[in-house]
Order: sequence, then structure tokens, then C-alpha cells
Amino acid sequence: MDFILASVIDGLLLGFVYGVAAMGLTLIWGVMNVINLSHGPIIALGMFGVYLIFGAFSLNPYVAILIVAVLGLVLGVAIYYVAVQRVINAPHLSTLLATFSVNMIIIGLGTAIFSASPRNVEFSLGSLTLGPITLLGTRVVAAFAAMLVAGALYLFLYRTRYGRYIRAVANNRDAAELMGVPSNRILALSFGLGTMLAAIAGGLIATFFPFTILAGGAYELKSFVIGVLGGLGNPIGALFGGLILGVLEGIIPTFMPTTWVPVVEFLLFVLILLVRPQGLFGAKS
Amino acid sequence: MSENKVAAPAKKLRFMPQLAGRPYLGLSLTLAVIVIMILWPLVTGKDITRETVFTILLSVTLASSLNILLGYTGYVSFGHVVFFGLGGYVGFYLLAIQGWSLWMAMLAGGLSSALLAYLLGRAILRLRGAYFALATIGINEAMRAFINNFKPFGGPIGMTLNFQVYRDYGGASQALWMVFYTMGALTLLAVTVSFFVRTSKFGLGLLAIREDEDAAEVMGVVAPKAKTWAYVLSAIFPGIIGVLFFFKNGSIEPAPAFRLHFSIETIVMVMLGGQGTVLGPVVGSGLYQGIRGYLLTSAIFKNIQLAVAGGLLLLIVLFVPDGVIGWLRHRFPFLRRVLQ
Amino acid sequence: MILQVEGVGKQFGGLQALLDVTFDLPAGQILGLIGPNGAGKTTLFNCINGVYAPSAGRVIFRGEDVTASKTYDMAHRGLARTHQIVRPLNELTVRENVTVGACFGREGHTLGKASQIADEVLAFVELSDRHDQLAGSLNVGQKKRLEMARALAAQPYLLLLDEVLAGLNPSEISRMVDIVKRIRDERSVTIIMIEHVMHAVMNVSDRIIVLDYGEQIAEGSPEEVANNPKVIEAYLGDPELAEQLLNE
Repeated sequence: MDFILASVIDGLLLGFVYGVAAMGLTLIWGVMNVINLSHGPIIALGMFGVYLIFGAFSLNPYVAILIVAVLGLVLGVAIYYVAVQRVINAPHLSTLLATFSVNMIIIGLGTAIFSASPRNVEFSLGSLTLGPITLLGTRVVAAFAAMLVAGALYLFLYRTRYGRYIRAVANNRDAAELMGVPSNRILALSFGLGTMLAAIAGGLIATFFPFTILAGGAYELKSFVIGVLGGLGNPIGALFGGLILGVLEGIIPTFMPTTWVPVVEFLLFVLILLVRPQGLFGAKS
Repeated sequence: MSENKVAAPAKKLRFMPQLAGRPYLGLSLTLAVIVIMILWPLVTGKDITRETVFTILLSVTLASSLNILLGYTGYVSFGHVVFFGLGGYVGFYLLAIQGWSLWMAMLAGGLSSALLAYLLGRAILRLRGAYFALATIGINEAMRAFINNFKPFGGPIGMTLNFQVYRDYGGASQALWMVFYTMGALTLLAVTVSFFVRTSKFGLGLLAIREDEDAAEVMGVVAPKAKTWAYVLSAIFPGIIGVLFFFKNGSIEPAPAFRLHFSIETIVMVMLGGQGTVLGPVVGSGLYQGIRGYLLTSAIFKNIQLAVAGGLLLLIVLFVPDGVIGWLRHRFPFLRRVLQ
Repeated sequence: MILQVEGVGKQFGGLQALLDVTFDLPAGQILGLIGPNGAGKTTLFNCINGVYAPSAGRVIFRGEDVTASKTYDMAHRGLARTHQIVRPLNELTVRENVTVGACFGREGHTLGKASQIADEVLAFVELSDRHDQLAGSLNVGQKKRLEMARALAAQPYLLLLDEVLAGLNPSEISRMVDIVKRIRDERSVTIIMIEHVMHAVMNVSDRIIVLDYGEQIAEGSPEEVANNPKVIEAYLGDPELAEQLLNE
């Protein structure tokens, strides 16, 4: 019983971080109906960003994540203007392939520079023991950081002018434009926010898991699952979706081999697409 | 109400002289290009040429099959490699464990992929746009994860072929040539099927679905049925050549069988040549493999070949979305008769 | 009776888009369907041809209950329609568009026969010279005629025309009105047409039904409807149309 409880709590902590990554994916989908296939490599860049800044300047990883977040925002805006803007109204295949080409470029350059060998950030916050449960300090902090990020995103979307603009563009781009919202810039900002969230998630993961430049792929697929679980386009739903996935990953291995986890995850993913494509928490918030 | 009964959707594939100009010219041209490719290794007499051409023929077959769904019907299947992998696994199991002949194994591989497509099709083809694309990714990943755990297929280790098996086909080196010519024949067949679909009544229904599914249904196209058959048709050849590929390879494992990247490469080939045309996937596959081969061997680009390929893809998506053949057809309308 | 609509209603969430619409349509008539914007006219079409399943009532087509049939079933049974906002198959040629109608409509012709029919129908709607052009490249008036040709190529018993005159200039309108009349007279197709161009609909219709807020407020000959006080009242919310109507 204690073992299950420990797995669940561990899963929950991880779930918050998954949630942040998925929020990035789902925010972009919600605002501009684009599935960002460069999501995974950007998560990996977040990991490497923290790794490099930590290695070069011995900066606290959490400070490094702040820098990575800003870089992630800038990178996303750049990707939007270079690769996405021109095909934003084209059929889905175009945006899928445009973002996938960004994926290839990042992975191609990344492998050339960093090779595919595993890295890890040599950083520890010890561990926290609560009765029978022992939790890794970095995971606890990551979960709190993830909650903070989710809260900040919520405040940004619902309490600021640019947040309102984003929601207006997500709701109806043409109408928003008629009301004087600079829709193209808002789309660029939204894409940037989406990649920023991906980079932050990558940075947080890097504090407790080893990784390679290809590591983002697995988290990209998880983000798809979470995004669909929570309702594509619904960032808050994505956070809950992340928690559900985290708990599932914690619980499943207690009664079947770990290798069955992805089978369950992806079957659930396809099932939800078929039965409830708007997700468990509704498609757009 | 007997006069209201509708003829069953095109059982007979008829060509459409009025609609397509002189279509057989286009087919002959396409097939001629492929025949020249098949004969090329005979001319050079080198094994390396044969291997290069084999890769191109494999790509042409996959791309032409995918094109039936992607180009004609307008459904983006991102996880199409699932049919290659599943067919490959079923066939390989029958070959290696049950001792079936290659031919029967190929047939079984193709049929099992077709069956999977039929069962899946009824369910996931209801999804549109990006939702369908995501579902196909999910199915491929679920299948890979499942095979990874499936003991009869060897789990994560996969299966290997006893070397003795090649003896039935005249020894290992002879078998390689036989595999090559079989691949060539299948490519010709796949492209011919693609052509007849494109120029049939069934194909016209698919094109209508691609352009506007609801309007097509209002005009009487039974979209759920047509889409499912398009999906099935696009799954058969990948299943068959999956068996052939892994027979040649001698072993099969989950990762290479269900590699998502491979799926996306196939989409790129279709796009590069021109989706929705018969010749497009052929040209696109040749170009893609040509560029890839050059980048992999060039001193400058060798290390960053993936990034360069990504850059090229981006340029195509942004500036030549109709692909080479699409662009030519658009730019020079008189070429439409030959470039199909 | 080619079509019987019995107490058809349609609800979207809390909105009652159609309420208890009932009428019979004998073969060979042109029935005009008018009413202010948002009156539920297109919703009624959608309930008849299977885009929506009605929330209440029945639709009987040529003696058979076809309530909530699929759109393609309705097409096979001999019902064709045009769309208020044209829906050409943009990347196909004009002739291919029309061939789709003939191939998959009531008769389900083979390609060869279908393209013959397409040519004949294109001549009928005066689009022959455009047959090789991509449908997406036509202008609005031509696209409207293409919609019409596609529907006709199916050789339907009943044709639903949704604002085929909207957005056309006066000369195009008279050309289209002429085509509509000829469809009934030469091809013996029964027609229901939704229309806002009053003088045209009054001119071609044998009978008119007026919808307002989803309810059937009047039915009768063009003269009867034009003089019905309830109709005039309904249109007062739409001053421009009311004025037009009063001027007739």
C-alpha cells in the first residue's frame, strides 16, 4: 500500500511537469490550430540550455531555467515568423510538415553539435522523507515550479491585455482583427509562449533525469496524449491531463510490467480521440 | 423503388478519356521511368547500384500507396508505417517460425495490413484534419509498444531468420537479386493500382471527398465506405513489402519496423513530387533518396544532413506546396496530358 | 406527393430553430420558401436532405419515411440540392465537378455516361465554355450555375435550391430564373427554392411558404402570401425587404 502511495505521489509530481510541456503544445493548437511537431526538440533544447548554463557558469539550475524560458520564447517567435506564418491558413498537412522540418533542423544540428550521448545535470537537493515515502528534492521543486508556471500562465491569459488578445484570436481570428487586435503578432506571441513552456518543462526534467538531444521525442508524444486527454486547446485541461498521465505512469508498473505503460497510454489516447475528441475537460477554455 | 438503387461503387475500374486527356500515355511514362530504374543495376552490374535502386523502389511503393489516402482522399496518415511494420512482423513470423514460403508470407503480410486498415478505418476515419493525423500516430505508437511486449514475436529483441532459409531461393546472393526483382514488380503493380484508382469513378469520389467531404456526401458519395476502401488500398502494398524488406534484412525489431520518422519521410516524398498525382510519388521518392544519398556522402553536409534535409523540406512546404509535378502541371497546362 | 413534411422541428441546445413545419409538395411544382434571415429556411433544407436529423416530426419522400437518412442516401433516392454558400470542388475541373453529381446521384452512372451527362447539363446552364477550367477559378455567378449543374446532373426528382440568386446582378438573375423555370418544364424536376429576391420568387413559384422564427406563418399562392398581414409584419423587422415586398 505504501508502495502504491509512493508511486502515485511520485507520478503526480512528474505529472505537473508533463502538464507544463503539454500546456505549450495545446496553447499553440488552441490559438492557431497548429500541431507543433517541433515540440519535442524544443523540450530537448530546454534540457540542453539548463545543462550548458549550469555547466558553464555554475548557475543555479532554476535561475538557468529562467534564462532558458526567455530563449524559448524568442526561439518560438522566430520559428513562427520563419516557418509557420506563411502556411497558417493552409491545410493541416502544411503546418504539420513545416513544424516537422523545424524538428529535423534542430535534431540535425543538435546531433552534430552534442552527439547523441546522454548527459545529466549534476545537481541535487537531497530528498524529503515523509513517513514511509521518500521524495527526490528536485522533483518536489519541479512540481512546485510547474504549478507556479501554470498559475502565471492562467493570470497572463485572464488578467492581462495580451492574454485577452490571445484568447480573442483563439476564439475568432477575423473578429479579433476587426476589433483592432494585431492578430499576426499575437499568433507569434502565442507560438513563443508555447515553445517557452516546452523549454521550461525540458529544463525542469533535466534537473532529475538524464537526457540526450533525442529525449524530447518521448515527451512530445506524452504531450499529445495529455493534450488530447485534457482537451486540445485547453491549457488548464492539459495540466490535469498531465496529472492523470503521471499517476497512470506511477500506478501501472505496480501491477504489470513497466513496458506496458506506453501500450496503455496510446490506447487511451486513440480511445479518447474516438469517443471524446473534445477531451475530458472540453476543447477550448 | 428499384429505380433508386444505386450501382455499387466502381467495381470495374474505368478510365475517363474525357476527364483526363490521354491517361495511358501518363501511365506508360511513369511505368517506363520505373522499368529504367529496375534495369539500371543490370547495366552497371554493381551491387551498390542495386541496393540504391531497391531503396528508391521501396520508397516509390510506399509513397504511391500513401498517396491514395493522402493525395487523393486528403487524409493525412502520419503513422502509415504501422502497416509496413505489422505486415512485416506477421510475414516474418510465418517465414521464420512457421516455415511458410516467402510468397505466402508476403500475401499474409499484405492481408493482415489490409485487415487492420479496414478495422481501424471504420473507427478513425471519422476524425478529420489534425485529429486523424494524431490518431494515426497514436495507433503506430500503441502497436509498437504492444509488439515490444508480445512474446510470440520476440518482444523487444524481435526475430531473426535462419540463414538456411535463403538456400530455398538459390543462396544468399541469388536471393538478393530475386528480392530486388520482386520489389520492382510490386512497384510497377502499386503504381498501376494508383493510376487506376486515380482515373476511376471510385477515385473521382475520393477526390470529391478531399475537396469537400460534406458536399461530396450531399452529391451521393458514400464517404465512410469510400474512405475505408482507400485506407485499405493504401495499406496493402506497405504490408507486402514490409515482409520483403525484413526477409532481405534477415531480422526484425520493433524500433525499425514502426519508426515514425520513416512515415514522415514518406509523406515528404509524396509532397516533394506532388500529392494527388500518379507520377508525383515516383519523382518525389527518386529526388528525396537522391538528395539524401548526396547529403550522406558529401563531406560538407554529412554531419548535418538531417538539418539540411529539414531546411529543404521547409522551403518546399513554404514555396512549392504542390510539389514538382503539381508545379509543372500548373505552370504548363499542356503537360497535364502526360504528367498525371 | 413527392415530399411530405410532417410536424418537423429542430432544436439546437436551447434554440428552437424550427417548430412544427408541415406541408405537402406535389410533383412538378415550384415551391418558394421565404422568410427573414434566421427564419430557419436552410435548417429546413438540412432536415429534409439529411444534414441534420430533425428533433421532431417526419419527412416522407416519394412515399417512404426518410427521416434522419444520411445525405448520400437522400442523393441516391433522387434528391439534390445547392448550397447558400457555394461549395465547388475547387481543385477539380468544372466538368469533373458535374461528373461527380452524375456518378454518385440517383442513377449512379459509370464515368463515361456521367461525363456525357455532364456535358449536356453544362450546356443547359450555359457553362460549356468553362468545362476545362478549375472550379475554384470561376466567378460567383458561374459558381452558382456550377452548383446547379452538379445538382441537375444527378437527375433528381426533387431539387432544393438555396438562394441561387443571391449575389447575382440583374442580368444574371433573369438568366437564372429562366433556367429554374426550364428545369421544371423541360426536365420535370420538382423544386423548392429559398429566395430573398422577392420579385423573382413571386414570379416563378406556384406556391409559397413563409417561415418566421422557425414557424410556418403563411402558405399559399404568391398573391395570397404577399397580401397576408402576418407576412408583412414578419418582414417589418427587415425594412428593406418589407419595402420590396410592399412594392410588388
